[in-house]
Amino acid sequence: MHFHKYEKIWLSFGIVSLIVFLSVVGVSAFSQNHTPSGGMDTIDPEKVNETAPFDNPGVTQLDEDTYQVAIVALAFGYNAPDLRVPVGKEIIFKVTSTDVVHSFTIDDTKVNMMVVPGRITTKSYTFEEPGKYLILCNEYCGTGHHMMSTEIEVY
Amino acid sequence: MIAQPERKIALWHLGVAYTAFLIGTLMGVLQVFIRNDALQLPAWLDYYQILTAHGVLLALIYTTFFIFAFFITGMSKSLGSFGPKVRLFSWIGLWVTLLGTVMATVMIVAGEASVLYTFYAPLKANGFYYVGLALVIVGTWISSFALVGHYMVWRRNNKGQLSPLFAFMTITTIVLWIIACLGVVATVLFQYIPWAFGWTDTINVELSRSLFWYFGHPLVYFWLLPAYIAWYTIVPKLLGVKVFSDSLARLAFVLFILFSIPVGFHHQLTEPGISNFWKFLQVVLTFMVIVPSLMTAFSMFATFEISGRKKGGTGLFGWFKKLPWRDVRFTSIFIAMAFFIPGGAGGIINASFQLNEVVHNTLWIVGHFHITVGTPVAMTFMGLTFWLIPYLTGRRFTKRMQRLGFVQIITWSIGMLLMSTAQHVLGLMGAPRRTAYSGYNDHPSAMEWFDGIISNHVTMAIGGTILFLSAMILMYIVIMTMFVSPKAETPEQMVEFPLAESDMSNTPKWLENWWIWIGIAAALIIIAYAIPLTHMIQHAPPGSKGFITW
Repeated sequence: MHFHKYEKIWLSFGIVSLIVFLSVVGVSAFSQNHTPSGGMDTIDPEKVNETAPFDNPGVTQLDEDTYQVAIVALAFGYNAPDLRVPVGKEIIFKVTSTDVVHSFTIDDTKVNMMVVPGRITTKSYTFEEPGKYLILCNEYCGTGHHMMSTEIEVY
Repeated sequence: MIAQPERKIALWHLGVAYTAFLIGTLMGVLQVFIRNDALQLPAWLDYYQILTAHGVLLALIYTTFFIFAFFITGMSKSLGSFGPKVRLFSWIGLWVTLLGTVMATVMIVAGEASVLYTFYAPLKANGFYYVGLALVIVGTWISSFALVGHYMVWRRNNKGQLSPLFAFMTITTIVLWIIACLGVVATVLFQYIPWAFGWTDTINVELSRSLFWYFGHPLVYFWLLPAYIAWYTIVPKLLGVKVFSDSLARLAFVLFILFSIPVGFHHQLTEPGISNFWKFLQVVLTFMVIVPSLMTAFSMFATFEISGRKKGGTGLFGWFKKLPWRDVRFTSIFIAMAFFIPGGAGGIINASFQLNEVVHNTLWIVGHFHITVGTPVAMTFMGLTFWLIPYLTGRRFTKRMQRLGFVQIITWSIGMLLMSTAQHVLGLMGAPRRTAYSGYNDHPSAMEWFDGIISNHVTMAIGGTILFLSAMILMYIVIMTMFVSPKAETPEQMVEFPLAESDMSNTPKWLENWWIWIGIAAALIIIAYAIPLTHMIQHAPPGSKGFITW
């Protein structure tokens, strides 16, 4: 098989950039913990309201610098009373669904979590700016999908 | 010209493809008007029904039927006429696929299946929607095996020889398709259908999603590879040169078999149930397709330059002006390729692990696939349609039609540029995909999205309208060349199938040893999927009942 000289240069350049690029992504993911939302925890989708932490949804302070926010997504809204969290503290979002697949997406942030029934999605995020943020569902969930939203206040 | 029976089979495929195209694009234009609140649907019709129909009819049905029309014509042209069995099974494949299509469409129209073409559980459509989709896949398998049978007959009669490039690439695409479909067939047959008909109570949602995406990503390569076949084998002929390198073309294609399947998790990066290790591993495998993509880009531009210089182009870029810009068959495909440059770059962004969070399920993704499948693939198919239909009907592709062809591809480009740019920008700001009109109770953030010069409610609607007009021009060309245009009488009026010569003298034989490629593909799939899927089954949470939320 014959490779033209220019093609060798072109492909070597491409492959080297690919290696560099993937190394950056990989190092950032695994040594600096920049990973997308996820998690391996499971839950019975029919017993969400009896299972901790979703039996008591909303904001809980875990320690000085850490807060946990438990949210139940359902067609077409979020069961998450009184969402107020402080700026500059680590917020751990835990979200699950009692019916179909939804998302829990906070506008203007990197919080963009798929919510799958039977699973608990986790994401840690620290707000840098106070304000009221729009939360919306960006995974199609039925007739009222485009109405499914709420708000979180960062103080 | 190829034999009459194959022409008939191919034309039927094109007829179904363009019927789906007509309805699908109409659904598209309705959406842009609903989204900017200019149109209220009647009570019996819902935005998400229209969205489902748009996705299914364009992304699944138009593409599939067009691809088989192209394959059937090209295989008959490059390997000779079909035998009676190949013909029979091609017909059966067509009818089964069509039956499935009609069944799924009826369910969508009846409002029994507003679950979109990704049909994520536990949204539960009518069982016959899933049966319809399963029949679509089974039908394509029957058509695929007919073509594989034709290829095997040729191989038996031409022992020790490499097959023509077109046939090799067709078989590569079919191998990819069959392996890819195993995932969706498994989930539809063993999860969705028993659950939708009430034979099982619950469904393992995460497993169904993963099996869907095992299929969902190579699906896009099933659309793309036929366009690549045109780029590799048709374009050089239009330029008056040979294929740049037969062996590299074949190598690029087999690399697509290897690296387009074990990568579905990059559609699931922000969801639970898959550990970061497996997500990242599949991200790495995803990026391997950059290698054959770069090889393809190199081949294309090398072909352009060789042709331009042969025609007297000099200097660094003089050859560019010598390309046959007045030939709509070439210009359409060139624009298609140009759209694929930002399209491919956007794909790299989407699959980039953390970066995915910024764009996942936003309008950016919608913009992305309109400049991948919606233009590079679709416009290549349009460029092929211009000669494929008259070639099959024996009619002329008149000067008037050629001019209309230019109007069509230019309007499509302008419309798509407006619409997809608006979608990309809106998505980056956070506007979600797959939504009817909504301002989220006039939330200031949502109002902000639609406040830009490009990112407003009007740009997308203007783009969508231009695209619809372009689609109607194409329908006119299709109908004219299929039924009305004058018959070609002299050899000059005959429309040719422009298939380039490919020099196979330096092509190594092992490139056509399918067991090597199927074997490596299987090994990669096992590495990427065996452990995480087993975990999903063994550590499954209680399953989900079905929900009808529309």
